[in-house]
Amino acid sequence: MRIAIVDESAARASVIQEGLATLEDCEIFVVTERRGLVARIGEIAPDVVLMDLGNPSRDVLEEYFAVSRALARPIAMFVDESDDESIAASIDAGVSAYVVDGLAASRIRGLLDLAVRRFNAFARLQSDLAEARGQLAERETIDKAKRILMDSRGLPEPKAYAEMRSAAMSQGRRIADIAEAIVTAHKLMARPTGEK
Amino acid sequence: MDTELVVGFLPLVDACLPILAREHGFAEDEGISIRLVRDVSWATVLDRLLYGHSDAAHLVAPLAIATTLGRGRPAQPLSVPFVLGLNGNAITMRPDLADRVCPHGPLEGRLGDPAAVGAALRGAVDEALARGRPLRFGVVHRYSSHNYMLRYWLAACGIRPDRDVEITTVPPPFCADALEAGEVDAICVGEPWNSVAVERGAGRIVLATAQIWRRGVEKVLALREPVMVKKRESVQRLIRAMCRAGRHFVDPANWEVNAAILARPEYLDGDAVLIRRAISDRLLLARGGEVVPYPDFMFQYREAANFPWVSQAEWLYTQMVRWDGPGFDPADAARAARVFRPDVYRSALVGTGEPLPGASSKVEGSLSQKTSVGTQQGTMTLESNRFFDERVFDPADLAGYLAALDRG
Repeated sequence: MRIAIVDESAARASVIQEGLATLEDCEIFVVTERRGLVARIGEIAPDVVLMDLGNPSRDVLEEYFAVSRALARPIAMFVDESDDESIAASIDAGVSAYVVDGLAASRIRGLLDLAVRRFNAFARLQSDLAEARGQLAERETIDKAKRILMDSRGLPEPKAYAEMRSAAMSQGRRIADIAEAIVTAHKLMARPTGEK
Repeated sequence: MDTELVVGFLPLVDACLPILAREHGFAEDEGISIRLVRDVSWATVLDRLLYGHSDAAHLVAPLAIATTLGRGRPAQPLSVPFVLGLNGNAITMRPDLADRVCPHGPLEGRLGDPAAVGAALRGAVDEALARGRPLRFGVVHRYSSHNYMLRYWLAACGIRPDRDVEITTVPPPFCADALEAGEVDAICVGEPWNSVAVERGAGRIVLATAQIWRRGVEKVLALREPVMVKKRESVQRLIRAMCRAGRHFVDPANWEVNAAILARPEYLDGDAVLIRRAISDRLLLARGGEVVPYPDFMFQYREAANFPWVSQAEWLYTQMVRWDGPGFDPADAARAARVFRPDVYRSALVGTGEPLPGASSKVEGSLSQKTSVGTQQGTMTLESNRFFDERVFDPADLAGYLAALDRG
C-alpha cells in the first residue's frame, strides 16, 4: 500500500510517518511542498492520501481527484460512508483521508486509527512544548524582576525573591504575575534610551 | 433552544455578515451567540459542517448543491436559508495579457467590456494553443460561482473551457503568487485577493463578475438539513441578525469601522485599506492607477439580496450539468432546487421591516431596467439583472435552457 502524507509541517509529517512505519507492506511518501503538489501526487500514485485539515491545498487536491475520476483513471476518492466513525474521528483529530476505490475497509480503519493517534500525539507534544516555553518565559521574567529589585533597591538576591514571594502571597497572585508587573513598571518608568 | 451557533468561514470579505452580526451585537440582541471558526480551504469548512464541528457555514453556493447531490463525496442534504451576497469577484489577468485583451482598460481606470475582452482574448487563446501551452485560468473551487461565471463568459465568447483553455483550482491566498509565478494567466477570485495581486503588480483587474451576470448568486449560509430543522428558531434569529448586519455593512458611515473589524487577525487578517475599497465598491485596477468606483461590485443587502431565490439554485444546477455532466436529471434538479429555502427566510423576517418577495423563483436575467415586483411584505424594486450576453434563464424550462446553451 502506498501512502502519501501531505503536510506543510515537516515535524508533524515525520511524527505521522514514524507511526505508520509500523504497518506492514506500506511505502510512505511525505510531501511538504505546496508547489507541484498535484504532479508529485500523480508520480506517487498513492492508495491513500492523508492531509491535515489546515492545509490550504485541499481544494486543489480534491479537484485533481475529481478530474482523475472523470478521466477514468481514479487516483483516490473519499473514504465512503461505511466507516463514518473512523472518518469523524480523523476529522476531530484534524486529518482528512482520501483512499483509492476498492481498498478494504479494515485496512482503512487500521490506518486511520493509527494516523489519528499520531495526530493527537503531535498535538499533545505541541501543547507540552508551548507549556514548557511558557514556563521558561516565566522563569526569565522572574529573573529579570529580581535583577530590577536588586539594582534599584540594593537588595541581595534571596531578599529580592522573598519580597516578590510575599507580595504574591499577600495579593493572592502568582510570583510570575508579580514579576511581570515589576518588569512592565520598570519599562514604563525607564528613561528613553539615549538620555542615560 | 440551543442559543449558540458555530459558523465556519473562509477569510474573504463576503464572510462579513456573520462576523458583523456578532461584532455589533446584533446576534446578542436576537438572543443568540455566534462562534466563528476560520479555515483555509472550502473542503475543511465543509468537513466541519458535515461532521458537526460547525452548525452553519459560509460556503460557495454551488458547493452546497454539489454536496446535496453527492458530487465529490457521499451525498448529504444541505439547506440554504440565506444568501450571504451577490457577486464581489473579479477577473484579474497577468499584466501583459490584460494589456493585450483590454488595451484601454485597467491602466486608464476602466474595466473592460465583457464581449470586447472575450473577442480579443480569442486571439490570445488560439496563439497559446498553437504554442502547445493553452492559457490557464485559476478559480477558487471546482464548485464555485467563480468557476461558473468564468465559464459562462468564456463559452459565450466562443472560447471552450477545458478544450481551448485550462481551468484549475487555486486557493485565494495563493492567487497573486500563482499569477506571478506564471502558473496561471488569469484568476477569478473574491476580494481582497484581486487587489493583493494588483498591489504586487502581479495582475490587472479586467472584469468584475457583476458585469457577466449583474445579480449573480455568490456565497450562501449553508446548514445540514437536519441541523436546520433542529435549530430552526436559532437559525431564524441568525437570519434577522445578519439582515441587520447587511444594512449596517452597506451604509457608507460604517465602512471604516467594518473594514477595521474584518481586517483583524481572527477574521481576514488582511489590509483594512484593501478591504474598505471592496466594501465601498471601489477597485484599483492596475498598480499606479486610480481607484475607480464600480457600483454594486459587492451586493449584500439591497433588493432583498439575501433572499434564496429557488431559480438561482436551479441556474447553478444547470451549470453543474453543463460543465460536470452527467446530463440533465429532473430528480437532481428538484433536489438542487430544494437546497434554497425561501420559506425559512420568510418565516424569519415576517413582521420586520424587510421586504419579502411574493414569489420564490424568478426569470433570471430578464430585467434591463428598474422594475417593481410583487411582495408579501414591504415594497421592492429590482434593478437590471442581465447576463452580459442577454440570454434569459427561465426556471420553468431548465432542459430547454441547457439545450440552447449547447447550441451556442
